[in-house]
Amino acid sequence: MAETLLDVRGLRLSFATEKGSVRALFGVSFSVAPGETVGLVGESGCGKTVTALAVLRLLQSPPAIVESGEIVFRGEDLLALPEKRMCGVRGKSISMIFQEPMSSLNPVLTVGEQVAEVFTAHNVCGKREAAERAVEWLRKVHMPDPSLRAREYPHQMSGGMRQRAMIAMALALTPSLLIADEPSTALDVTIQAQILSLLRELRERERMAVLLITHDLGVVHDFADRTAIMYLGRIVEIAPTRELFADPIHPYTQGLLASLPGKRTGEKRLPSIPGTVPDLSNVPPGCPFADRCPFRREALSRFLAREVPADPLAVCDREDPPLYEYSGGHFAACHHQRTVRGGGAR
Amino acid sequence: MNGTPGIGWDFARRLLRNRLAAAGGAVILFFFLVSALPGLFSTHEPNRIDIVNILRPPSGAHPLGTDDLGRDVLARVVHGARISLSVGFVAVGIAIAIGLIVGLLAGFYGGWADAVLMRLVDMMLCFPTFFLILSVIAFLEPSIWNIMTVIGLTGWMGVARLVRAETLSIKERDFVAAARAQGAGSARIIFRHVLPNTLAPILVAATLGVAGAILTESALSFLGIGVQPPTPSWGNILTAGKDNIEYAWWLSLFPGLAILVTVLGYNLLGEGIRDAADPRLKGR
Repeated sequence: MAETLLDVRGLRLSFATEKGSVRALFGVSFSVAPGETVGLVGESGCGKTVTALAVLRLLQSPPAIVESGEIVFRGEDLLALPEKRMCGVRGKSISMIFQEPMSSLNPVLTVGEQVAEVFTAHNVCGKREAAERAVEWLRKVHMPDPSLRAREYPHQMSGGMRQRAMIAMALALTPSLLIADEPSTALDVTIQAQILSLLRELRERERMAVLLITHDLGVVHDFADRTAIMYLGRIVEIAPTRELFADPIHPYTQGLLASLPGKRTGEKRLPSIPGTVPDLSNVPPGCPFADRCPFRREALSRFLAREVPADPLAVCDREDPPLYEYSGGHFAACHHQRTVRGGGAR
Repeated sequence: MNGTPGIGWDFARRLLRNRLAAAGGAVILFFFLVSALPGLFSTHEPNRIDIVNILRPPSGAHPLGTDDLGRDVLARVVHGARISLSVGFVAVGIAIAIGLIVGLLAGFYGGWADAVLMRLVDMMLCFPTFFLILSVIAFLEPSIWNIMTVIGLTGWMGVARLVRAETLSIKERDFVAAARAQGAGSARIIFRHVLPNTLAPILVAATLGVAGAILTESALSFLGIGVQPPTPSWGNILTAGKDNIEYAWWLSLFPGLAILVTVLGYNLLGEGIRDAADPRLKGR
């Protein structure tokens, strides 16, 4: 990639709890180019939201502690910025929209006031102009009757309208990066589609980059240029979206894609990934997925049946695999696939 | 506007449907009117001494009778309303202002600030308030301003605890995180997002607080260290009446009733506001 807007490098983060320190991110690295959309996919608790909040430095510290890593945005390490300058970054250069439109708006302020506040908080313009621009933005997100709705309170609006208002707030200062944390999850399906098409339209018009966090593979498939799959606080595979769906390398990604309901007919049950995600407070050494990995299981059973003299994948239990590069820009963290496909070290 | 009612409208409707609260509100409005326009309710001078007509029972000329200096009791109660109510309001205003600031800072910043401020609250609560007020007033001149200030300075701890508790829960709400993600600083979050959301319980506390402050002022004036005669306040009219209570019941009864009805009015309104603001009771 020629240019990067956001570059997260080796981010390790842990939370101090009563039972000691629990690590949530184990060296997360990815980058977002200007205007690019990167999908961050994973199941609940894998660290997607924590990654996003860490980028905006919205995690309370303590308990959250960044152990190592850098978050470079336009050449500046955000982790080193004083809080005051960080306030200038939030909302202006990087914005975020949240999952719950129901609770993400202040119940005692009108929607117009809340959108206008983004302008006044960043001293962009005076109150009156801010109110006018707020109505303008509500129009841009296709809020029906924008000047009327601006005077209403969040409880008078539907979920979809509130999410539109949230989007207006997030985009008001035309940030170069929008972090969208499950923007459509809490909405019903038709509204979901509307919100996503709105985001797509605004992304084109404002030429902003989007970091889309979701657990919905269908959404990233339609929306993201590149997709990163997270598992247990790590990115296990990252590739251009088309390529990731066409040729998944990591066994976890393969399992995820296999478990999607698709065109297959006749099968009664969808395939699923055996086992459960390990507890973050007690992560075994080696590959975090080893326990559930079909390659590892097969190797182990062949070794136990004495078909092979030595356990070919013993390395999985010892070493956490780094991301290896395969064909152009496709990275995956798997010992087995590296030996089979011969990926180069990153 | 279109037909959708706002928060305020819905709230007012529920408040008015509660008859006791509406009655309390009516009493309070009535006494507001009395203190704003005393001339409308009594034509007599509250401090005019009339030696010929002392200790006269209620009659056409003096509807509530006269006191031991021949002053019209109705005029004194009417003019005393302004004094008693303003003591209530100013004292509660001071208490709310201090309580809000302490509670917001303690709740929002937590940790060290919270520990120090809340221990200060605990310390203040250790003193029996009334005796604290008595001893402070003993050193100061017992003027109406000193009374207001002292009642206010000893009454903020409850508000501080209330606001702190509210702040603790509000600062975890999603819209606060969303405001932060939009680049709002701490001051903006405290005053634009947290404070307005704590106002409902504060309104209840303030309404009940006014009743308490009026009672405290009456008690202080009754003991002779409150509002000083000849300025009429309900408490000192009551005091003046106690010397003659055997011959002139009207001297004590009417200021006492005024206090009772006002305090009751504030308490009923306060509880009505609390119920109307509680979403769990919405169906009623």
